[in-house]
Amino acid sequence: MSQAETATGGGPPDSRARPARAVWSLGLFRSELAVTFRRWRTLALLAVLAAVPVLVGIAVKIETSDGGSIGGGDEGGPAFLSQVTGNGLFLVFTALAATLPFFLPMTVGVIAGDAVAGEAGAGTLRYLLVAPAGRTRLLLAKFSAVLAFCLTATATVAVFALATGALLFPTGQVTLLSGTSVSFGEGLLRAMAIAVTVALSLVGLATLGLFISTLTNSGVAAMAATVGLLITVQILGAIPQLDEIHPFLFTHYWLSFADLLREPVYWDDLLKNLGLQALYTAVFGSAAWAGFGARDVTA
Amino acid sequence: MSEPTAAHEEQGAVISTQGLTKRYRGGQLAVEGLDLSVPRGSVFGFLGPNGSGKTTTIRMLLGLIEPTGGSAHVLGEPMPGSARRVLPHVGALIEGPALYGYLTGRENLLRYDAADPTADPRSRAARADRALERVGLSAAAAKKARAYSLGMKQRLGLAAALLQPRELLVLDEPTNGLDPQGMREIRSLVRELADDGITVFLSSHLLDEIEQVCTHTAVMHRGRLITQGTVAQMSAGARGRLAVTTPDPGEATRVLKEAGVADLVTDGEEVSGEPPHAHELADLNAALVRAGVRVRAFGLRRASLEDVFVSLTGEGFDVAG
Ligand SMILES: Nc1ncnc2c1ncn2[C@@H]1O[C@H](COP(=O)(O)OP(=O)(O)OP(=O)(O)O)[C@@H](O)[C@H]1O
Ligand SMILES: [Mg+2]
Repeated sequence: MSQAETATGGGPPDSRARPARAVWSLGLFRSELAVTFRRWRTLALLAVLAAVPVLVGIAVKIETSDGGSIGGGDEGGPAFLSQVTGNGLFLVFTALAATLPFFLPMTVGVIAGDAVAGEAGAGTLRYLLVAPAGRTRLLLAKFSAVLAFCLTATATVAVFALATGALLFPTGQVTLLSGTSVSFGEGLLRAMAIAVTVALSLVGLATLGLFISTLTNSGVAAMAATVGLLITVQILGAIPQLDEIHPFLFTHYWLSFADLLREPVYWDDLLKNLGLQALYTAVFGSAAWAGFGARDVTA
Repeated sequence: MSEPTAAHEEQGAVISTQGLTKRYRGGQLAVEGLDLSVPRGSVFGFLGPNGSGKTTTIRMLLGLIEPTGGSAHVLGEPMPGSARRVLPHVGALIEGPALYGYLTGRENLLRYDAADPTADPRSRAARADRALERVGLSAAAAKKARAYSLGMKQRLGLAAALLQPRELLVLDEPTNGLDPQGMREIRSLVRELADDGITVFLSSHLLDEIEQVCTHTAVMHRGRLITQGTVAQMSAGARGRLAVTTPDPGEATRVLKEAGVADLVTDGEEVSGEPPHAHELADLNAALVRAGVRVRAFGLRRASLEDVFVSLTGEGFDVAG
């Protein structure tokens, strides 16, 4: 007994031997997912996203029910709209193209912006930190929950579009943008690949939102700042005089997902998009980690 | 408990700080040169008026903010450096409870428990239920926390602090917002925990609260520590006042004044004052009786911590600027 005491010296007493387990520490990630997806706000955002393809599908159905075509041809409305009547699967591409510029990233901005700032504002952040969640671990848990939301949000749009499309329009062989036809099964696979690509396109913004979220104690302020930034970037991206900086805007390659509908697939912009998202994630992820790790938590 | 090798660490101190200082980013010097030593097993009352730096000190002890000077050790290890090793053994209530309003009371506890990487998920539910029972919230466990009253929130915050067996509990104004019944319950809970050998560090601006539950106390004033020691030492430090109850206050005042009692105050049938040094109190009583004063009660009233505070600072117990 006394020997044991001598051995441990001035170190922790016996009762301090309650070790952290790697598997146990995953509990925070599960808890984070539960907390994110059980909120009414999250469900409301997903409901809005689900409504978009349903409404678009119904509108197209009504407009074309007298045998006419969609007015304006290829140029009017979001991409692929004119193909929807021929194949319901195209509603997936239409809905993603319609929600990607604003609706989808806006919901991501809300969830990411609120992630840390919301906890700080409510005061729960200090209790998580003394639990002790660990600042890096908490940030990682928040990041994974935001990523899960990106994927869920995109999947919500895609699944509701697919269901609406299959219900209202014929399905069958899919004619790709390059003119080749592929089976419906392969078309479905490509739709899944597109959904994953769209979700990954949102990761840069998600990380940026998380970074902003670590800077303030007001969830609303962080959400507003993130969404505001998104709008600003979209506007900058639409100004031709600024095309020098366009390749560095996280929105620049967003619509490149359509290249997955070519045979052979046109990888150039797809890879540039992923690279750009990875760059934003690395830069703002490190900034969030460095800033949050050293920050005074007084709220 | 003998700890022969702990010479480099203050003997038996659960919390010890050396010159701990915090200047907030706005330039406010909130805590300055704090040397605090909280003995193991004590119920330590951390006392000070609003704005004196109690919460700031607690935030530094728990690693929420970085000191701008000095150092702090909790359970013998440096903070905030060893936060991940130390904090699983520390339960805390800081500046009131904070809850997820959209989760039930029980789910709130499950979430806080999940945040602790040393908490076994298999016994998580049982821990939450036990903690709820301990603070008397079992009946409201399934209610959304946003529907809790202030006192219920405070209890849930305490339950979160009690999820695991702790070595140290840090409670920042734990009776804030509670009714007298709730205050009594918290006090008896604190005593119960102390009987289990848990060190309780409890901040308050209520002097009588500290007097009722604490064994030790430290007094803060404008970010500085003015004194620390046992509660008994502290009260003994300020001399008690002599109090006489009599239907003849006028005559009593005259006699006491003659006998050298200073600062005489008459309040209805009670006359009180500071007894002269080196004077046998029985002689004073005899003098009163000889003068025909009908003495109903005669005694020395123990100095309260408030008296101590006033005598130490020369000021009332007011907010610092
Ligand atoms: N986040 C902050 N930024 C700047 N100054 C602060 C901050 N928090 C507290 N202060 C200042 O530090 C000083 C000490 O505040 P602290 O909250 O530690 O006092 P306290 O003793 O806990 O008071 P109370 O009894 O009211 O809780 C005050 O002057 C306060 O204005
Ligand atoms: Mg305080």
